[in-house]
Amino acid sequence: MSNTYFEILRPGINTTIQDKGRNHMYHVGIAISGAIDQRNYKLCNKIVDNDLSDAAIEFAYQGPLLKLKDGKINFSITGNVLFKIIRKNSSVEDGICYKNYILEGEEQIDIISTKNTVYGYLAVKGGFELEKVWNSYSTNTKANVGSNNGKKYSIADKIFIKNSDLQINKEKKIHYDLSSDNEIRVIKGTNFDFFSRKAQSIFFKKEFLVTKLSDRMGIRLSGHKLENIVSTNIKSEGLVRGVIQVPADGNPIIMLSDHGTIGGYPKIAVVISADLDLMGQFTPGSIINFKEVSLEEAQNIFKAYTDETNRYLNECN
Amino acid sequence: MLKNISNLGDAAVYCDFGSEVNEKTNLNVISYFNSLSKLIEEHKINGINNITPSYNKLIISFDLSTTNYLEIRKIVLDLIVDNKINNNHKKIKIPVCCDDEFGLDFNRLSDKTKLSKEEIIELYLNKEYFCYMTGFIAGMPFLGDINKDIRCDRLETPRIKVPKGSVGITEQFANIYTFESPGGWNIIGNTPQKVFDPSNLKEPALIKPGDRVNFYQISKKDYLNWNE
Repeated sequence: MSNTYFEILRPGINTTIQDKGRNHMYHVGIAISGAIDQRNYKLCNKIVDNDLSDAAIEFAYQGPLLKLKDGKINFSITGNVLFKIIRKNSSVEDGICYKNYILEGEEQIDIISTKNTVYGYLAVKGGFELEKVWNSYSTNTKANVGSNNGKKYSIADKIFIKNSDLQINKEKKIHYDLSSDNEIRVIKGTNFDFFSRKAQSIFFKKEFLVTKLSDRMGIRLSGHKLENIVSTNIKSEGLVRGVIQVPADGNPIIMLSDHGTIGGYPKIAVVISADLDLMGQFTPGSIINFKEVSLEEAQNIFKAYTDETNRYLNECN
Repeated sequence: MLKNISNLGDAAVYCDFGSEVNEKTNLNVISYFNSLSKLIEEHKINGINNITPSYNKLIISFDLSTTNYLEIRKIVLDLIVDNKINNNHKKIKIPVCCDDEFGLDFNRLSDKTKLSKEEIIELYLNKEYFCYMTGFIAGMPFLGDINKDIRCDRLETPRIKVPKGSVGITEQFANIYTFESPGGWNIIGNTPQKVFDPSNLKEPALIKPGDRVNFYQISKKDYLNWNE
């Protein structure tokens, strides 16, 4: 076991370990978890030459203040993140996302905040000393499963880092396009016809507000109440990421990675896979609108999304 | 039987087994779940991430970068469903303490059902329940069907925190809160028994779909001294 670790001097708001997610446990009631923004998660691993499915630290809004103990590491941060590096001689460096840095013992990374987005990622070359639970490193704070006993990090916690060879240390960089879009593309849900004609039209034509009641489980929207003319409850059934449920109060809720595995509210629509990263990054107060696409279009858009991710990954080869 | 199959978004298949909620429909769902799970374990099919059985539905989510809706749909339609896989369903006995400290909603239930607390408990204990599904929160079993005389709607305003171990009823179903959680079920007691154990990697959930469950009453003293 390595002696190199991060000491957490400030935990941040919601700092956890995430990866691609935990599969084959929905039937027990354990959600997929995993990084909310899968593309940025992969990119931060790529920049430090890790396997794309290695564990990374995910933080939300205010991130952690980390002090490196006993060692030397190569790390990267992705997302739209304001951070500083505090060097041993007390000089403070402004951090730049999407590039790699060397950090020595006693130096600190101060992740001040994400900008206009919610989540950011930190990867360290070689990865962390963690064990997979049900084939994933992801912290699931709802079921207390996964890294750090399924809990978010607290002050004074330690995150151990695997030893890795830093002899050959090429500078790596990705030119990431941070521009965002407020249009979320969806496929009609299995209960779309539960809603009045007017509600169906409002859903695709009007804007919705992302409320403060949003976290890794889901995003609650407000702005227009969607009238249900059939039944405001269905027999509880499975959910997946991106499902938009509408409870009796008419305000839509979008399921994110830590969602309850089953639910009994009608499903008006489902966010397409290619837009899940974008969806998860909307801060409270954001205005969004929905656009309908067909299954075939969604599949083509996903191919384009994958190609774009690969283009970014290839910048680091 | 499988009545209808459609897509739920671009990365899940939605299988509908009919609108009725009963053991026969649910056992059919469970057979599909078991047959598909076996193929995944044997690496005969790829790309499926999760399968969620519920009362009368089966939702299969998949990795859109390796497969797609039509491929998974075909797997489901071509599936040879083996009703005998894993049908060694268990019988499980769950202790429950119904002292007022734990049975939070007896006043409400008595108002609605016109039965005394003792009568409600007797009707509740005097039945073997079938586990339709587990989920929402980790390991939470959805059991049924409870006696018609003690059926009751959800609370008008759900609780922000239902204590861990709470045993609840609503409509024809009973459940156990495996974690402290928000919830709107009528709470009649609390069990000291561990119903979800993440350290048991093979079978973290004590109760699985298809299992049979009986509740028996214990005193507060037994509750406090409970040792598994």
